[in-house]
Amino acid sequence: MIPFTLEKARTEQDAIRAAATGGRYIAGGTTLVDLMREEVERPERLIDINALPLGGVRVEGSDLVIGALARMAEVAAHPDVQRLQPLIAESLIEGASPQLRNMASMGGNLLQRVRCPYFRMLDAACNKRDPGTGCSAIDGLNAGHAILGTSEHCVATHPSDVAVALVALDATMRVRGPQGERRFPVEELFRLPGDTPHLEHTLLPGELILDIRVPGGPYAGRARYLKVRDRASYEFALVSAAVALDLGGGVIRSARIAAGGVGTRPWRLRACEERLAGQPPGRKAFEAAAEVAVQGARPLQHNHYKAELLPRTIVRALEMAGEVA
Amino acid sequence: MTLHAIGRPLPRVDGPAKVTGSARYAADFNQSGQAYAVIVNATVGLGRITSIDSARVERMPGIVAVITHRNAPRLAYGPHKSYIDPAIGERLHVLQDEQVRFHGQPVAVVVAETLDAAEAGAAALAVTYAPERPVVDPSDPKAEQIVPEAAAQPDARIPADTSRGAADNALANAPVKVDQTYDIARENHNPMEPHATVAAWNGDRLTLWSKSQFIVNEQAEIAAVFGLPPENVQVICPFIGGGFGTGLRTWPHVTLAALAARQVGRPVKLVLTRKQMFFTTGHRPRTVQRVAIGAGRDGRLTGLVHEGAGETSRYEQFIEALTSVTGFMYSCPNLRTKYRLIPLDIGTPNHMRGPGEASGVFALECAMDELSYALGIDPIELRRRNEPEIDDAETRPFSSRSLMACFDLAAERFAWSRRTPEPRSMRDGRLLIGMGAASASYPAFHAPASARVRLLADGTAEVEAAASDMGPGTYTSMTQVAAEFLGLPPEQIRFRLGRSDYPPTPSHGGSWTMASVGSAIRAACLAVQEEAARHAIADQRSSVFGAVLDGVEWNEGHLRRRGDTSPGQSYRDIVASAGRPIEADASTQRDPEVAARYSMHSFGAVFAEIAIDPDVGTISVRRIVGAYGIGRVINPRLARSQCTGGMIGGMGMALMERTALDPRDGRPVNAHMADYLMPVNLDTPLLEAHFVDEDDPYVNPLGVKGLGEIALVGTAPAIANAIFHATGKRVRTLPIRIEDVLTA
Repeated sequence: MIPFTLEKARTEQDAIRAAATGGRYIAGGTTLVDLMREEVERPERLIDINALPLGGVRVEGSDLVIGALARMAEVAAHPDVQRLQPLIAESLIEGASPQLRNMASMGGNLLQRVRCPYFRMLDAACNKRDPGTGCSAIDGLNAGHAILGTSEHCVATHPSDVAVALVALDATMRVRGPQGERRFPVEELFRLPGDTPHLEHTLLPGELILDIRVPGGPYAGRARYLKVRDRASYEFALVSAAVALDLGGGVIRSARIAAGGVGTRPWRLRACEERLAGQPPGRKAFEAAAEVAVQGARPLQHNHYKAELLPRTIVRALEMAGEVA
Repeated sequence: MTLHAIGRPLPRVDGPAKVTGSARYAADFNQSGQAYAVIVNATVGLGRITSIDSARVERMPGIVAVITHRNAPRLAYGPHKSYIDPAIGERLHVLQDEQVRFHGQPVAVVVAETLDAAEAGAAALAVTYAPERPVVDPSDPKAEQIVPEAAAQPDARIPADTSRGAADNALANAPVKVDQTYDIARENHNPMEPHATVAAWNGDRLTLWSKSQFIVNEQAEIAAVFGLPPENVQVICPFIGGGFGTGLRTWPHVTLAALAARQVGRPVKLVLTRKQMFFTTGHRPRTVQRVAIGAGRDGRLTGLVHEGAGETSRYEQFIEALTSVTGFMYSCPNLRTKYRLIPLDIGTPNHMRGPGEASGVFALECAMDELSYALGIDPIELRRRNEPEIDDAETRPFSSRSLMACFDLAAERFAWSRRTPEPRSMRDGRLLIGMGAASASYPAFHAPASARVRLLADGTAEVEAAASDMGPGTYTSMTQVAAEFLGLPPEQIRFRLGRSDYPPTPSHGGSWTMASVGSAIRAACLAVQEEAARHAIADQRSSVFGAVLDGVEWNEGHLRRRGDTSPGQSYRDIVASAGRPIEADASTQRDPEVAARYSMHSFGAVFAEIAIDPDVGTISVRRIVGAYGIGRVINPRLARSQCTGGMIGGMGMALMERTALDPRDGRPVNAHMADYLMPVNLDTPLLEAHFVDEDDPYVNPLGVKGLGEIALVGTAPAIANAIFHATGKRVRTLPIRIEDVLTA
């Protein structure tokens, strides 16, 4: 591991000032420290933000507000989360391992780096790690890689589970930086790789995530997260789907659908949602909606199965959501 | 009342040391003044080193030395081969030339004052190569099959070709037949504890605290590499954090640690990273096998062909018993086996739990299952109809064989009778349910071994052997053997292992530790009793003074004249009288005459139930039930634990484990515990292991046949057969993943 300095930020202002002059925030450290050990990340200066009052979960009106420093395990177990937004709890429990969930913060979860093996191997070409060196995955072993939102420079899959649920639920996030505070949809945090895959998010230098706000709505009671993977825990999704249904009068009034494991960012599927609106819930409508999920998909040599698995996962998740009492 | 230590479910005697952290593993033996070594691995899969910029790293803070092929001494590399090393070829010589033979080969070692400094130096070392494209996939058109030279020898234990009757003719004429190809991925052992060596020189004497499953061979090999007499090398390894075979050979990092320590003139500690555990510490070779079976409509086999090939390196021919079981598992008059190697630009594979048999039995048992459907005969009934009377390959009787008893016991516990034979016929709600079964077998080996027993003044006994305990419970089970034959409670036995200056034992693998070391301990116990009896008989103060050896007997640690009911002489009495500890060594091996008369193997039957989500293809194992005929069970608690561990290993083989090599440069892309999948707790279902009563007087004096390997063999085919039963889709490639059953 390359030597670095560690400062403990006492106030938000201190933290933002330190980050604006080149420091990197560290909360749970589950991504950053792991990658520092492999020297993929080489920060010289870390700003420990764990002492800042950004934890906890609270309810404001019908909204759920999750602090950026709240731990995954804590949020998943929180009664208000389970009551108001069970989809969030379910997606968190499906992520990582118990040990990681105890450490990892919600803000850090959204910013976690990709799981592409070539990104983690210093001697392999990777445009995300070392811009301009090329992408080893496009012609390499790419069974786990993305089929949506890829470019000729990067095909890495966004790894988060809870981000998929947040994107489906139109969550927003509040950040503060040297230029002040702003709020924007979580979906807008994530960039497509394009020709700048090393730029993964839209935060400005020094910006600190304060909290995540999940709006209340008619979906919470019929929302499920289905994660399909090759082992039951501690494994990333081959494909996942976060779905939420608003049912009334015997039809789907509206739906929210996002997918994980298939996109270079958490992948909202508005075309599927539109196909469901006004339809009676059932396998026929679900299948008709799910088939458009793979529009524009560009499978690679080893991940064609994802184009088959994505619609099936959506259909099954919709069925599960429909069954929720 | 007679004490009986054998057969009791004694808890692990080393359990408290392990859970309190006082058990010391190789990397725990820090030496004063030690430096830290980090290996630099080749980043190309084939080629030649063209430059190494050592000077820049040598100037970095804390760096003690940068050792490369340019400045490393030419090592003696004297001739040395144990039976664990490939007979053909030569071990990798490290830092002796500029050739790169496979991705990850060590090309330098950086030694520094701290681990951080050594890691920084290793990361900064610029090495350039003239790379070539390696061939790392057996299906690469440039990959060729060769006849393994050692297997082509007459009387080879693993023969390249065997034949009886006219197998191909019989197949051609069989009314019912199956003929398929099975492809099993490369697997890496991935024990919890990485390889580690602490090396310290004192003049021309070397001490190695080093993870090893074969301590006396590590001693002999390092002595040969450095041109030392073996007695100048001491290897110490009291605990192993899992092995599965990776610790059987002495790999290049041990040489590098010793070399570095000699170069820098101080002790050196070298611990491999998880990633480095995928480079030069062996792996289960990828295998490709064809099995063709012909049968009459009555299910009797008429012809069987098993052709298998395993990958090996370019510099050594690693062979394993891929096709060996096929010759005796079932009765079949016309049978042919063929075993080949596929040399590739990879490191040499080595034994991994159930080596050869696990892969070969997978192909055979899947083919038998396929045949059962082709015939419309229940898979267990099919095996019953082909149960042989003797080993038809060796044409001699089995010392014991309980295969059908295992099937009967396991089938009852599994409730096989509830299974409906038609594929896709069983459901649980939306889920497809499948039930599958497979036979398992592994040889009951026995190697020469030795042990020492010492009776102490306090009436307790010390037992020593250069053995290992990688987790099966050697400390505990050997304590039980000694307790049994000395007639002492186990608490009064201290068994020590893991030092090369203890009496030599064979490699800790191949399911022969209890058979070999246990038999030696038994013999040493009897020898020390005889020694003690001689003292007592000659001792005027003793109650047995003047008796003849045949006229006295031991009972619960007391020596009496036959028929006498007096307290007699205890060990404590006799040692006190002798004025010093009484000690005896013994060496044992299998009686060659008995070995020539009988075919000796363990057998087992494994049943698996799986559930598949037909929408998204997720596969979950619901239960595994195994029954095994392994001779005498020394400790049922440890034996069950070993079986459930083997079943989980078999689950990994069936559904998860695969080391994926990038064909462009031979790089293992999933050399990480998060990417190389193995079952986690949530994947692991109810696992049941049962043992059939089996009294085998021929295998060894203890009547044990070994358990470590057969515990894994049979699980993967049972799962694969269950997947077919659930889905009607036959997957012949391991691991079987979601993408393979998605369109079933």
